[in-house]
Amino acid sequence: MSLIALLGATEIGLIFALVALGVLISFRILNFPDLTADGSFPLGGAVAATLIAGGHDPWLATLAGTVAGGLAGLTTAWLNVRLNILQLLASILVMIALYSVNLRIMGAPNMPLIGATTVFSPFIAQAPDSQYLIQPMVLAVIVVIAKLALDAFFASQAGLAMRATGANPRMARSQGIPTDRMVLIGMALSNALIALAGALYVQTQGGADISMGIGTIVVGLAAVIIGETLIPGRTIMIATLAAVLGALVYRLFIALALNADFIGLQAQDLNLITAALVGFALVLPSIKRKIAARRSASTKRNTANDAR
Amino acid sequence: MMRANGLYKTFNPGTPIENPALRGASLDIPQGQFVTVIGSNGAGKSTFLNAISGDLIVDQGTIEIAGRDVTRLSAWQRAGLVARVFQDPMAGTCEALTIEENLAIAWQRGEKRGLRGSLNSSLRSLFRDKLATLKLGLENRLTDHMGLLSGGQRQAVSLLMASLKPSQILLLDEHTAALDPKTAAFVLELTDQIVRENKLTAMMVTHSMRQALDHGDRTVMLHQGRVVLDVAGADRAKMDVPDLLAMFERTRGEALADDALLLG
Repeated sequence: MSLIALLGATEIGLIFALVALGVLISFRILNFPDLTADGSFPLGGAVAATLIAGGHDPWLATLAGTVAGGLAGLTTAWLNVRLNILQLLASILVMIALYSVNLRIMGAPNMPLIGATTVFSPFIAQAPDSQYLIQPMVLAVIVVIAKLALDAFFASQAGLAMRATGANPRMARSQGIPTDRMVLIGMALSNALIALAGALYVQTQGGADISMGIGTIVVGLAAVIIGETLIPGRTIMIATLAAVLGALVYRLFIALALNADFIGLQAQDLNLITAALVGFALVLPSIKRKIAARRSASTKRNTANDAR
Repeated sequence: MMRANGLYKTFNPGTPIENPALRGASLDIPQGQFVTVIGSNGAGKSTFLNAISGDLIVDQGTIEIAGRDVTRLSAWQRAGLVARVFQDPMAGTCEALTIEENLAIAWQRGEKRGLRGSLNSSLRSLFRDKLATLKLGLENRLTDHMGLLSGGQRQAVSLLMASLKPSQILLLDEHTAALDPKTAAFVLELTDQIVRENKLTAMMVTHSMRQALDHGDRTVMLHQGRVVLDVAGADRAKMDVPDLLAMFERTRGEALADDALLLG
């Protein structure tokens, strides 16, 4: 694999690190199975791309995309806590609705951004030959800021209340935590991060496309699960780090699989590889346990033999 | 101080499984009193307790805590007035969080939670001191996850969490029912100690007549969603389980069908 390909994989990995952080909040912290991501990721992209193409400031456009994603998450949460629609179903409704919304925003199935001024433009202008290097660097800074901000938030009083809401809502309420409000805020935060990823994605890929959201949630979940397998731990700081690393490792694996010609995989096999990888990451912990159990059993047998 | 007046609650109204759980239950608990509540299965004990905590809203009647009408307030809005220990050791704490995080949540019961850090060194040393009073060695395990603790340890921490901040009433919902007899005795003793030291107003629901008479200052019995028996003071002091049963039968003019009350 070439350096360019490696940096390209890192770049997309960093963007999906933001998705993974969002998924971590909904699936792991709030315990809210949320598929809105497949709609909020392209929503962020659509809003940002449309504004940038209209000549607006790219940072402002990115912020607008992020806020739009937050509103999408808020809608999903509202359908659940106020109208009592099942979590999964509420998120599917919003996801499917966003498809139309995204088409409306862009006014077309895609929105090219070739040559437009993006958030990366001023940095690339400093060193025009190294775009492939600068984009991942800028993204890395954004991801690190997001990770540290989340760590700080979840250590705060409100953040702890949000974690309690997901872990034990009845106990949370008995301690005076407004759990409905916590779900609303948390889901908005989660989808805002995912939409931020979408807004940055269109700026690295040179445009938005209506189908860019397909499989976002699977990739986000894959990153979270791979991360948890790589660095297990129950503190928030480790969980956010694991999600970021999971996203990077996942994209790296995908790039390796697609670049290794002898396997014969091609770009269209991406989703198949993803499913296989997530499936593997899901069964890995139980395989690990089995091996550990067998090892301790044989150690015991050996000690018993020695004693004899 | 807690005043429940004529509480009615019917589950699944208008359906074949309609269940009138509370039918005019009233109870006044003055400041500093420790009341034990007994009743057979389906007598409405849990419904009564959940009505006071705000886990469910009554169909009729009023609930006042410390002079404030809380009848229509939800559980989280009442949390500043009401402290609670659940029956299930898993229910009262977050197993995914550490001991200190659980305590930090309880430290802010009923208060607004902002973006300030939830823990700091002075809080930690306070928690360590409080945990040391349990004599379970938990003061050295602040960063252990709650899930690592046994049922008895978790109930002890739950009690500590309930007493960390002042409350107008402490609700204990059969909080020793899921424990083995030895652990249950320890948790009950701890309950007495915490209620006494903090001069708490408390209401303990229990399945066991023995427990109901041995703890607290006053015992009431619920039957078919109403308070049918209320004993305190000298009458209660010389009472034993058979006396309580006889009194119940006299009041109701019927024999108690449920053996469960005799157990324990």
